Amino acid sequence: MTNCPRIRIRGLKKSFGNRTILNGIDLDIHEGTSMVIIGGSGNGKSLLLRCILGLIEPDEGTIEIDGEDLFRAPAKRRRELLGRIGMLFQNAALFDSMSVLDNVLFGLKAKYKHAPSTKPSPKEMEQEAIDLLAQVGLAASVASLNPAELSGGMQKRVGLARAIAGQPDILLFDEPTTGLDPIMSSVIDGLIIDYVHRLGSTTLTITHDMTSAQRIGGQAAMLYKGKIIWQGRAEDVMDSGNEFVDQFTHGRREGPIQSDVTTQVKTGA
Amino acid sequence: MKPLTLPFILLGRNVLSVLRHTGKLSLFAFYGVLGILRPPFYAGITASLLIEIGFLSLPVVALTAIFSGAVIALQSYSGFSHYHAQNAMAGVVVLSITRELGPVLAGLMVSGRVGAAIAAQIGAMRVTDQIDALSTLATDPIKYLVTPRLIAGTLALPFLVIIADILGIFGGFIVAIGKLGFTPELYIHTAYAALHTSDVLIGLLKAAVFGFLITLLGCYHGYHSRGGAEGVGRSATTTVVATSILILAFDYLLTDLFFSA
Repeated sequence: MTNCPRIRIRGLKKSFGNRTILNGIDLDIHEGTSMVIIGGSGNGKSLLLRCILGLIEPDEGTIEIDGEDLFRAPAKRRRELLGRIGMLFQNAALFDSMSVLDNVLFGLKAKYKHAPSTKPSPKEMEQEAIDLLAQVGLAASVASLNPAELSGGMQKRVGLARAIAGQPDILLFDEPTTGLDPIMSSVIDGLIIDYVHRLGSTTLTITHDMTSAQRIGGQAAMLYKGKIIWQGRAEDVMDSGNEFVDQFTHGRREGPIQSDVTTQVKTGA
Repeated sequence: MKPLTLPFILLGRNVLSVLRHTGKLSLFAFYGVLGILRPPFYAGITASLLIEIGFLSLPVVALTAIFSGAVIALQSYSGFSHYHAQNAMAGVVVLSITRELGPVLAGLMVSGRVGAAIAAQIGAMRVTDQIDALSTLATDPIKYLVTPRLIAGTLALPFLVIIADILGIFGGFIVAIGKLGFTPELYIHTAYAALHTSDVLIGLLKAAVFGFLITLLGCYHGYHSRGGAEGVGRSATTTVVATSILILAFDYLLTDLFFSA
């Protein structure tokens, strides 16, 4: 089991109508690895995460979690496998009808659904939720607020507290620093790194933010036109030797990707 | 595409689209109802939705019922006066309200108030990834969002219709006594004589069906919202239009089933 990747993706394909978004993804993410996937908008990064979360079923290919095929597993086993995965959504996706505390409690309750015999009292769970908020740098006074009363950075931190409440083995991050100022981006990156180091979780992050990618990533890959076109160490991402990756990471207008941008503009794609 | 075949192609596409949506809606309803039988049961959420759908809709339903009862009293009195049958007015009021107007008007009012709100609320959750977040937190979104609303809608509408029936008949009573020279005894006696228990019970059954339809369509359109704020708005509008049509269509079907003999 030690050589078995935590997440193993083979030949993953997904189309919508005649638009192929994922076109044969092969990817291994080993235990304790912090993998970052970069790539332009519309290249299927978020779709890939949704497939891993079981929210969208691929047309072809397999996704294995700890060696078990997610989409071939019986429904109960599939729920158990997905229970090992936590997710921080791009916009935090906090439940806006609930307070911050109830959002974090929701994550905690999900954890105890899998182990109901260990479920603590409501008061203890509340304290656990406050502790989780403290771990992501939020004061207890925030607990009674509604998500709409928080800044974008605070919402992301609450989203992170909710995602880690279940102590997942695998954490997925969908553009965790998008829309945040550089200092808040650094704070969020720091929280992710801290959590990964403390619990040894496996993470998969998709981002456009190269600074963030290098900060949190151990491994990196670039998704282009529905395929992984480069994979290497995150620290090499700015100097990969791959012309597509270099153009993307340095934000150059000229390069192999430019013709596609021009084509997209011309065809309105 | 040849111009001659174009109408048939468009017709075929629309028929297929209707069939596809009907199939999706039926499956959606099936899983929503199935949630009633399987734990966990979200009793607290269902109770708060009962208050939201039932209790908070009371003012709008009550006012509609009172004025409808009053209008029927005036209209039927005026119509029956040509045949010197003014005394039949109370019977017409009570039967119109309990059999038709109570459930239909309550359904239409709740459709506008609650159906649109459900579609907008669930639609906003869809476009902001909150529904996906539920799935990642070991929670079945259909069971958590749809089942409690179906239960609350199906239970709340009959309760509202009981109130609407009472207030509608009361609206007719006020007009009959205040404007048309009826005595309270005459109005109550004629109304009571015309009314059968089955009239009220079938009206309540209609209300339960309408409540189910309103919440089902609100949840369905909200759940399948796409395209940000505009998509959410479209879901709310579609819900109100589709629900209003379905309420009237099902009203006909149920009336035909129970009263046509």
